[in-house]
Amino acid sequence: MATAAHRIARTREEDSPADEAALAAAYEAAFDAAVAADERIEPRDWMPDAYRATLVRQIAQHAHSEIIGMQPEANWITRAPSLRRKAILMAKVQDEAGHGLYLYSAAETLGTSRDELLDKLHSGRQKYSSIFNYPTLTWADVGAIGWLVDGAAITNQVPLCRCSYGPYARAMVRICKEESFHQRQGYELLQALSRGTPEQHEMAQDAVNRWWWPSLMMFGPPDDQSQHSAQSMTWKIKRHSNDELRQRFVDICVPQAESLGLTLPDPDLRWNEERGHYDFGEIDWTEFREVLKGNGPCNEQRITQRRAAHDEGTWVREAAAAYAEKHTAKDITKDRSKDITKDGAKDGETTA
Amino acid sequence: MTETTKARKTREPVPHIAAALALGDDALVLSHRLGEWAGHAPVLEEEVALANIALDLLGQARVLLSMAGDEDELAYLREERAFRNVQLVEQPNGDFAHTIARQLYFSTYQRLLYAHLAAGDGEFAGLAAKAVKEVAYHQDHAEQWTLRLGDGTEVSHERMRRACQALWRFTGEMFQPVEGLDVDGEGIRAVWLESVSAVLRQATLDVPEGPQSGAWSAGAGRQGLHTEPFGRMLAEMQHLHRSHPGASW
Repeated sequence: MATAAHRIARTREEDSPADEAALAAAYEAAFDAAVAADERIEPRDWMPDAYRATLVRQIAQHAHSEIIGMQPEANWITRAPSLRRKAILMAKVQDEAGHGLYLYSAAETLGTSRDELLDKLHSGRQKYSSIFNYPTLTWADVGAIGWLVDGAAITNQVPLCRCSYGPYARAMVRICKEESFHQRQGYELLQALSRGTPEQHEMAQDAVNRWWWPSLMMFGPPDDQSQHSAQSMTWKIKRHSNDELRQRFVDICVPQAESLGLTLPDPDLRWNEERGHYDFGEIDWTEFREVLKGNGPCNEQRITQRRAAHDEGTWVREAAAAYAEKHTAKDITKDRSKDITKDGAKDGETTA
Repeated sequence: MTETTKARKTREPVPHIAAALALGDDALVLSHRLGEWAGHAPVLEEEVALANIALDLLGQARVLLSMAGDEDELAYLREERAFRNVQLVEQPNGDFAHTIARQLYFSTYQRLLYAHLAAGDGEFAGLAAKAVKEVAYHQDHAEQWTLRLGDGTEVSHERMRRACQALWRFTGEMFQPVEGLDVDGEGIRAVWLESVSAVLRQATLDVPEGPQSGAWSAGAGRQGLHTEPFGRMLAEMQHLHRSHPGASW
């Protein structure tokens, strides 16, 4: 698909290389100015290749996280302890599939198909959020995922609603609305457990103990070790640093934990009057890197299930494609014959 | 007259419990089976569609079971032999073709049944009027996939043929009389057969041959006789709830 810039560039094929370089510089300057002015970049606009690649990588990783993220929660659909909770959980997992759909569509506007991205996920060339490599061992984990994991995701994602790339920003507006519902249901689920029987309370505390640190890791490595941060900030794909967002999340969670009647598993957690923030303990970055490398408790399981679903579905997708082809071909033939009898001169339009 | 008896006398007539259980269990059990697809569907759009159908059915189940008692007690604390769903809905998902065949058979029946109930003025008319719109979508979804699989590739045709054949013997049960429902089962069977046959023929599939019921199982699910996979399904569904007696969630 030709952007305006490419079209102009092509008409000037005979121009000297010097002119071309000048033109490219002019496009780059226009792009930089648009980003600086907080204008949205749209699919047909000229954009630097690296900007496109960064967005595809980030949107793909986000989309993959949505569909892999269905697994740990779907693990409890068949065991949900009340029909009300079962309905909420099914709706939540369904939302995640829906988010995956919008995000793969957003990536398609950058010229990368869903099939291509899924292939990269299945072959390990693209990643998903490491948080989903942890297991959901009890029902309370469904609540902890909603409260902490979706809470961390929202903290990360709300600024993306103002991301410089239009389709991604618009997808994020809708996703964030649904995520905030997910976060509330998680909080409410934990509240019911925390105020329930001693066994239920213990279940809730155990889940929070296991999910707290991995949730803090969701914001990525500390700022001084983050690979992609600086460029993404300039491009306004990213608006706040990893450490800033992590601090924001901790500050939100501490009072919420208190009102839940649950403790956060960090002895160093305390209010710092001077900074106006909570101080918190050292994150185990060795664990983070190990999970990222593939050594988390569920890395193998998640990707194996994903590949199995895809492979076992091949015959279904092939059937749908074959059916569509047969019937579209028939329909086109039918439409053609209708057109010809109705308006014999129609062919002329295509040559105009 | 005591307060309680007065209240009982002025209360609306109690809905027919047996009928509410039969219809509610159908919806509950099929919803559960469809929920098992989450994270395993052949394409992302089907994750959304199957969850959507499961949610509709769960919504119907909750209304119906609440007409018969406490929805959670009924779902989680009854033994296998007390469930009144037809055996068709408890059959394991199998491959996608089996799930679609089960959907085709059941949603066609459920739509006819709800359309009939919605047209009357019985206790299920309100629920049926709302549900029949949902079920129309379920039926459309199943028919579209029956066409794609039946008239898709050789592989999909064969899988769909096998699935339709395998589930055929569970279809007769849907037309057995249900206590408390004023429905002409044989009338519904005739329309059902016409509708399903038309879809199968369009999908280049033969209408399965053979009986629509097993040798001793006609109407069995409605009397609490189920198939082996159902016990395992319930064990999974009920274990957490039963592990914490009296807890609220």
